[in-house]
Amino acid sequence: MTQSTKAPLDEAIAILLTPGGLDAAALDTGLDHAMGAGIDYADLYFQRSWHESWVLEDGEVKDASYNIDGGVGVRALVGEKTGFAYSNQITAGALADTGRTASGIARSGSRLASQPVQAGGAPLRYAGIDPLSGLSAEDKIALLKQADRIAREADPCVSQVTASLTGVHEVVLVRASDGTLAADIRPLVRFNVSVIAAKNGRRERGSAGGGGRYAMARLRDENVAERYAKEAVRQALVNLEALDAPAGQMPVVLGSGWPGILLHEAVGHGLEGDFNRKQSSAFAGRMGQRVASPGVTVVDDATLADRRGSMTIDDEGTPGAYTPLIEDGILVGYMQDKLNARLMNMAPTGNARRESFAHMPMPRMTNTYMLAGQDDPEDIIKSVKRGLYAVSFGGGQVDITSGKFVFSASEAYMIEDGRITAPVKGATLIGNGPEAMSRVSMIGHDMALDTGIGVCGKEGQGVPVGVGQPTLKLDELTVGGTQS
Amino acid sequence: MTQAFDAAAQQTLLESRVAAALEQARTLGADACEVGASVDQGTGINVRMGEVESVELSRDQGIAVTVYVGKRKGSASSSDAGEASIRAVVEKAIDIARYTGEDPYARLADAELMATEFPDLKVHHPWSLATDEAIELALACENAGREVEGIANSDGAGLSTGEGVRVYGNSHGFLAGQRGSRHSLSCMLIARDEQGMQRDYDYSSERDPAKLSSPETIGRSAAERTLRRLGARRPETGRLPVLFAPELASGLVGHFLNAIAGGALYREASFLCDSLGKPLFPDWFTLQEKPREIGGMASSSFDSDGVYTRDNIFVDSGRIASYMLSAYSARRLNMTTTGNAGGARNLRIKAPLTAQADLLAQMGRGVLVTELMGQGVNGVTGDYSRGAAGFWVENGKIQYPIEEFTVAGNLTTMFANLMGVGDDIDTRGSVHTGSWLIDDMTIAGS
Repeated sequence: MTQSTKAPLDEAIAILLTPGGLDAAALDTGLDHAMGAGIDYADLYFQRSWHESWVLEDGEVKDASYNIDGGVGVRALVGEKTGFAYSNQITAGALADTGRTASGIARSGSRLASQPVQAGGAPLRYAGIDPLSGLSAEDKIALLKQADRIAREADPCVSQVTASLTGVHEVVLVRASDGTLAADIRPLVRFNVSVIAAKNGRRERGSAGGGGRYAMARLRDENVAERYAKEAVRQALVNLEALDAPAGQMPVVLGSGWPGILLHEAVGHGLEGDFNRKQSSAFAGRMGQRVASPGVTVVDDATLADRRGSMTIDDEGTPGAYTPLIEDGILVGYMQDKLNARLMNMAPTGNARRESFAHMPMPRMTNTYMLAGQDDPEDIIKSVKRGLYAVSFGGGQVDITSGKFVFSASEAYMIEDGRITAPVKGATLIGNGPEAMSRVSMIGHDMALDTGIGVCGKEGQGVPVGVGQPTLKLDELTVGGTQS
Repeated sequence: MTQAFDAAAQQTLLESRVAAALEQARTLGADACEVGASVDQGTGINVRMGEVESVELSRDQGIAVTVYVGKRKGSASSSDAGEASIRAVVEKAIDIARYTGEDPYARLADAELMATEFPDLKVHHPWSLATDEAIELALACENAGREVEGIANSDGAGLSTGEGVRVYGNSHGFLAGQRGSRHSLSCMLIARDEQGMQRDYDYSSERDPAKLSSPETIGRSAAERTLRRLGARRPETGRLPVLFAPELASGLVGHFLNAIAGGALYREASFLCDSLGKPLFPDWFTLQEKPREIGGMASSSFDSDGVYTRDNIFVDSGRIASYMLSAYSARRLNMTTTGNAGGARNLRIKAPLTAQADLLAQMGRGVLVTELMGQGVNGVTGDYSRGAAGFWVENGKIQYPIEEFTVAGNLTTMFANLMGVGDDIDTRGSVHTGSWLIDDMTIAGS
């Protein structure tokens, strides 16, 4: 899909501006309000989103909801300072009020004119469609009921099944004083199944899900109801047999795909431009230095077709990009928005993201993954005398200043004498980002992306992200089980 | 910069819109309906390294409608609480109710349970603060911290102030509003030694701005908390008692509350299913809810079903005395609502309180945890494993900072092994508690 963004722009203007009596010329008037005395950059971010959610419980879709959100966020910058205001009305009056409020951040200085719109375009990374409209309500309910039936038939231990189908249709338009005018239509769908299985007085949960930036109909076509129902049941049954996890330092092998949240936590956040400009990241000042084992190459990639973390343009209108972060173990790049890129004399990398018009943008990850290596995953397992093999995870967190990160396994096994043996209960793994990346000793050839379930939180703002990696061996990581 | 916010006028406006939405739902054929609406307005200031970093003015509104048509339910919501938007939201909710399956439990809470008294809970204290004054406070806070020797860098200081109104009405004829305010001041600092960097923070958060800690107190405390982390070592793996700092002990109360919440119980997604009346904590421990406490962080005279709130005792002398239920989850469990739709409000612990120094002495050798990381709590099994940082304790005294370790156990055992509660009570959130000393947890480190 390599068309210009002309079509999304026309559609965005029709959806966002026309209802409030505005047209493309009103954008310039709006910018004039925000480009008050002393302001050196301003942008207007228009957004409207339709969110739909269907939830099945006890075999019935008893709960469904629909949310409509929208408005305009106006930002005015002077040096390192940001003034920000927003309104849920997209009208000339709201643009004047928010523009004047945001530009109040500068007290004096000359008035700069904003640049006329510069022709630009970005290759589409997903189809600009309304993902909610492809399936009828009956079809959506049938998909959820199918997941319920398959999960219950899969094993008599399954006592509860919850399934959900959600979709967001989002339209954004950005006009900035640097000449930017860009729009994006962003579909996002997700299907999820969670089960409780009970046996011999024990109860465990298993869950699976996925999605991306495409139509809901594709979820049906890809048979996700069956796939995720079976996967959730499988995981719950494994956990019913799980022993207490070990405690202490040991070799850890991480499965391919979703365990890539290791990279998101251990590396990704620490390479966001804002933390490096402020010198608050454990990676600050280490550009060009070795921060990981040879062979480790990590990228942030907004350009992958239809992925959950992909973006045709970021929330400042910069085209989404492929940004190498670590190449063969050497730190080569940060993720930047316009503000931090300018202050660090670097180029924006298309990583400016915001939860909504009511939030300020900042440098964020998109799809962050490690490229494949040479090792056979079986050889990686065989190389471990006693360690942990973790294949699925819950959430993670990082302290970017000390570099300490955690992530919690939701499915893991012991490795004994080179063989995968008993399943063990979920345990939190803890390490130090730069140290852990230097302990990567084997990299599989089986690079995989996750199924499309990630949400990243930063300063209270949540955005959808993707992760991925091949099977990896870390020679030593601390496993937080209970068996010392 | 101060935006005008007339809370009384906003409440009247929202009440009239909620009433109109209820009437519209009735006209369109809904058998019952409930509507929640809110407006919040605030200002946020961030400063860093002695300079203003951002000034943000926020104004959020929202409306959420749930309709019942027969035994079917539909919900819709919008960030726009204007008249046209509300009409669209009601129509969408009714449209959805055409497709959802029948649920014999789906209906409003019983009419006789609706709150009828709405005392002034003194939770609305507007703060008319000019932008420059707000900046001065944040700068004073950060400066006090940066002046402390050893502080090398700053993540900044922030002041936020906000107030709002929420209104709830349903087709029983219930319609009520609640105004509230929240103000906070925070500071996060960075220190460095040859080993690397450490950061930590402190904050104050109050409904009444007059009760906020002084900027200097917060800044200096953030500096002290940051500096004491320098030179951290890794503890050895082993089984040890753990003292959880007050702000973390309130999280343990939160895990307990999640496990006795009706929604988790009827979905069998709790390690405390069928636990009513059973002992869980030591017999000297009682946990109460005071939803109508004057000035409380979470005070309200009605819950999000419109049901009157009442004092609940969730743990009585160590035993689970009550679940935490909404009208719906209560019906699912064949019980009566406890007025907890929307969650718990103002949790208070009744137990003998001990000075932190005495808890450390009682612990002897163990770990004081001051930070937890990650989401390693399994609500279904009670399994607990989280990343941590804190201090090594030997002979009842803090020895040195420690980091990069995990604390693990199972919540059922952890609650039974509660050895003492500190008198160092953190009052900043909805849960007020001091430190918790818990025996016999697994520490995984070097």
